[in-house]
Amino acid sequence: MFETFTILTLQQYWWIIISILASLLVFLMFVQGGQTLIYTLGKTDTERTLIVNTLGRKWELTFTTLVTFGGAFFASFPLFYSTSFGGAYWVWMAILFAFIIQAISYEYRSKPNNFLGKRTFEVFLFLNGALATILIGTAVGTFFNGSMFSVDKLNLTHIYDSAISRWETPFLGLEAVLNPHNVALGLSVFFLSRILGILYIVNSVKDENIFSRGIKQMYYNAIPFLIFFLYFVIALLFKEGFAYSPGTGEVFMEPYKYLHNFLQMPLVLLMFLAGVVLVLAGIAMFLFKKSNKGIWYSGAGTIFAVLSLFLIAGLNNTAFYPSTFNLQHSLTIENSSSSHYTLSAMSYVSLFVPVVIAYIYWVWKSINNKPIEASDLDDNQTHVY
Amino acid sequence: MTENFDYSLIDWSRAQFALTAMYHWIFVPLTLGLGFIVAIMESIYLKTGNPDWKRITKFWMTIFGINFAIGVATGIILEFEFGTNWSNYSWFVGDIFGAPLAIEGIMAFFIESTFIAVMFFGWDKVSKKFHLISTWLVAFGASLSALWILVANAWMQMPVGMKFNPDTARNEMDNFWEVLFSPMAVSKFTHTISSSYLLAAIVVIGISSWFLLKKRHLVFAKRSMVVAAVFGLVTSVFTILTGDYSAKVIAKHQPMKFAAFEGLSVGQRGAPLVALGIVSSSPDDPNNENVKDFAFKIEIPNFLSYMAFQDFNAFIPGVKDLMEGNEEHGIMSATEKIVRGRLAIDALAEYKAAKKAGDEVKLAEAQQILDENFKYFGYGYFENNPQGLLPNLPLTFYSFHIMVMLGFWFFVFFALILLLVYKNRISTSRFWLKIAIVNIPLAYIASQSGWITAEMGRQPWVIQDLMPTMAAVSKLDSGAVIVTFVLFALIFTSLLIAELKIMFRQIKNGPKPGGN
Repeated sequence: MFETFTILTLQQYWWIIISILASLLVFLMFVQGGQTLIYTLGKTDTERTLIVNTLGRKWELTFTTLVTFGGAFFASFPLFYSTSFGGAYWVWMAILFAFIIQAISYEYRSKPNNFLGKRTFEVFLFLNGALATILIGTAVGTFFNGSMFSVDKLNLTHIYDSAISRWETPFLGLEAVLNPHNVALGLSVFFLSRILGILYIVNSVKDENIFSRGIKQMYYNAIPFLIFFLYFVIALLFKEGFAYSPGTGEVFMEPYKYLHNFLQMPLVLLMFLAGVVLVLAGIAMFLFKKSNKGIWYSGAGTIFAVLSLFLIAGLNNTAFYPSTFNLQHSLTIENSSSSHYTLSAMSYVSLFVPVVIAYIYWVWKSINNKPIEASDLDDNQTHVY
Repeated sequence: MTENFDYSLIDWSRAQFALTAMYHWIFVPLTLGLGFIVAIMESIYLKTGNPDWKRITKFWMTIFGINFAIGVATGIILEFEFGTNWSNYSWFVGDIFGAPLAIEGIMAFFIESTFIAVMFFGWDKVSKKFHLISTWLVAFGASLSALWILVANAWMQMPVGMKFNPDTARNEMDNFWEVLFSPMAVSKFTHTISSSYLLAAIVVIGISSWFLLKKRHLVFAKRSMVVAAVFGLVTSVFTILTGDYSAKVIAKHQPMKFAAFEGLSVGQRGAPLVALGIVSSSPDDPNNENVKDFAFKIEIPNFLSYMAFQDFNAFIPGVKDLMEGNEEHGIMSATEKIVRGRLAIDALAEYKAAKKAGDEVKLAEAQQILDENFKYFGYGYFENNPQGLLPNLPLTFYSFHIMVMLGFWFFVFFALILLLVYKNRISTSRFWLKIAIVNIPLAYIASQSGWITAEMGRQPWVIQDLMPTMAAVSKLDSGAVIVTFVLFALIFTSLLIAELKIMFRQIKNGPKPGGN
C-alpha cells in the first residue's frame, strides 16, 4: 500500500504523525504541570502524597511519548535530528537533565534511606515540570522564528572538518530565549500544562481541600496562559513566514505565511478554533460549574490546537525548521526526510499507533476507574510512591 | 581549514556516550531478567493460590521497580545523544538507524509503560488474571525493546540492507528484513538478552542466599532461589551457545575485533585458542608498537580455527595481517584501504561538483569510482594515521576473557545450587551461600565486560569500515561536552548511590507480611 505513495505524500503523512505525537506529548505534560503544583495544591503530607501518586501513574506515559516522538522524528526527518540536537546543544541537554531527575523521583521519593531526602526529589519533580515545559515550548517556537545554523553535505568530504550541520552562534541554542515570541510559546506551554495538571488532579483525586485550592490556582494560571497564548497566536498570524517553492525548493519570506496556511487549509483552521474553544470550555466547566470532567475537554482541545500549530509549521510548502543564518539551508519536510523506502516501511509500523492508543485508553480506564482519596493511602496496594 | 582532528572533542564525546551507556547497562540487564522471574513467580501464585507466592512476587517486583526507573532515565539520554553528540552519524545513517529506534518506541516502550502501571497499581483494581498478563507483557515489552535497540547496534557493527546515495550523502535502507535478520543482529540480541536473564538469576540467588545466611524468611528465600536457579541454568546454557555463535559472526565480519579479543597478533593456519594470558608490556614488532605478544599464556592448539570456522586448519588473520595485508590469503593492507577510502571521499566531492555543473560524463565517472570504493569509505579519514585503525588490544583481550570465564563459571554455579537444593542442603552450605553473594558483582563485571569487548573492540568505527568516530562527531566546543560529561557523571553517580541505598534497605526489610 504505502510503497505506491509518492515521496511527498509519505513526507506529509509522517509530518502528520510527528504532529500527532507532539500534540499528545503536550497534553500528557499535565504530569509536568501537576508536578509544579505539589506544594501549591497539597498543604499536608497526605495531600501531597495523593497528588504524587495520581501523577505517578501517568509519568511513564508522558516519558514514553517523548521518547517515541524523538525516535519517530529521527526515523522520518533525520536531518532535523542531526541539525537541531547536535547544534542547539545546551537547550536539548537542559531538557534531558530535566528528564533524568524525573523518572527516579517518583520511585525514590518516599522510599526509606533514599540518600537525597524526600524534599530533594520533590524539588526534582518541580524542576522537571517547569524546565521541560518551558524549554520544549521555546524550542518549538524556533520552528516559526528560525535558528542560526548551516547545513552543507559536502562537508563530509573534508577529512578534518566533516560536520554537515553546524550551529553558527556560540550559545548553542540558548539564543532562542532572546526572541520574545519563542519565550511566549514556552510560557504558554508551561501555564497550559499547569491548567491541565489541576484538571487532571481534581479529576483523579477525591479531596475537597485540593479541589478548592485548584479553583484559586486555576485563575492564577489561566490568565497568564491566555495572555501569553494570545500574544503568541496574534504575532504568529501577522508575521512573515518561511515558505518554499515546491519545484525548486527555494526558501523565501512570505508575509502572513502562517495566516495563509490556516486559510489555505481550512480544516486545520477549524481544528485550531475547536481546540481553543475546548481548552476554554474545560477551564470554564471547572471554574463555574465545579465539574471535575474539564480535563477531557481541555485535554482534547490541547491536542487539536497543538496538532494544528504543527501542521501549519510544516505543511503547505513551509520550512518547519528555518535557518536565519542562510535561508536556503532551512529544513523542509522535503529536504530533511528519510528515503521513500524507509518512510513507507515505517508507515506500516505507524499502523500500530491506533492499537497502542486503544490499549492505553483501556488500561487508563481500568486503573483510574475511581478517584483515589486519603483513606486509600493506608492501604499499600494503592499507595506506591 | 585545520589539518588535524579535534581529539579532545572526539574523546570527550566518546567518554560521555560510554558513561551513559555503562550506567544504563547497570540497571537494564537486571530488569530484563527480573521481569520474567517475577512473571514466573506470579504465575505460580495464581496456579497455587498460595499467598506466600504473592509475597515473593511483590518483593521482587519492588526491586524491579527501583531499577526500572533509573534504566528509563539513562535510556532516554542515550537516544538523544546520537543527535546531540554524533550529529554527522545521525545524518549519514539516520535513514536506517532511526527506524529501529522509532519502532522500539511505538511497539515496545508503550507496552512496558502502560502495563507497568497495572503491575504496581492494579493489584486490587483489575482481575488476578489481567494482572498476571500485564506482568508478562512488561517482561516481553522490555525484551522487545532490547530487540530493536540491539538490531540498531548490530547494524553499526555490520551495515547491511542499504545503499549509499551520493545525492543525499547518506546511506539509504533498501531491505528492512536484511537489517532485522542479519546474523549480527540475531547473535547480538540472543546473546545480550540471555546474558541479562543470567545476571538477574545471579542477583536473585545472591540476595536469597543473604536471607538464608541471616536465617530470615527461609521459605521465601528458598523458593526464590529455586525459580532463579532453574531460570539461570537454562539461560546460561543459552548464553554460552549464543556467545559461541556471536564469535563466529564476528570472526567473519569484524576480523580486527576478533583478532584483538582472541589476542592473535600474527595470523596462522590452525590457530590456537588463548584460554588465559597476560599481555607483554614491550612491543612485539618495532613497526607496530601497539602489537604486543604475551608474557604468559595457556593455549589450546588449533582450537581457535575450529571455533571460528569449524575447521582445525582454517586460517585466521592476526592484527598484523589486517594492518600490513596478506597476499596469500587475499587480505588488503590498511594503507591500500586508506587510499581507496580517500578515492571514494574525493569521488563524492567530484560527484557533487559535476552535479552542480551539469556535467553528465564526470558525474558517471565519479559515481563509478565511488561505487567501486565505497566499502572503504571510512578508511579515507585515516590518511595520516593508519595506526588509528587499531582498537585498544589489551583492553579488548582482557574484557573478552573475563566475560567468557565468568560465563562458564555461572553455568557451573547454577548447576551446583540446584544440586544443593535437590539434596536439601542449601540452607547449611554457608560457603556456597557466601560465594553466591560474591557472584553478584561478578555478574555485573561480566556483563559490562561484554559491552567493552563489543564496543572497544570495534574501534575506531562508529559504522564498521564506513564511518570512524572522528567523522561522526557533532561540531561542538569540547568545553561544552566536558561540562555535560561532568554533570552527567555527578548526577548518575548520585542516583546510583540513592538506588543502592534504597535497594539495600528494601532487601534488609525483606518481604512484607501478607503479600503487601
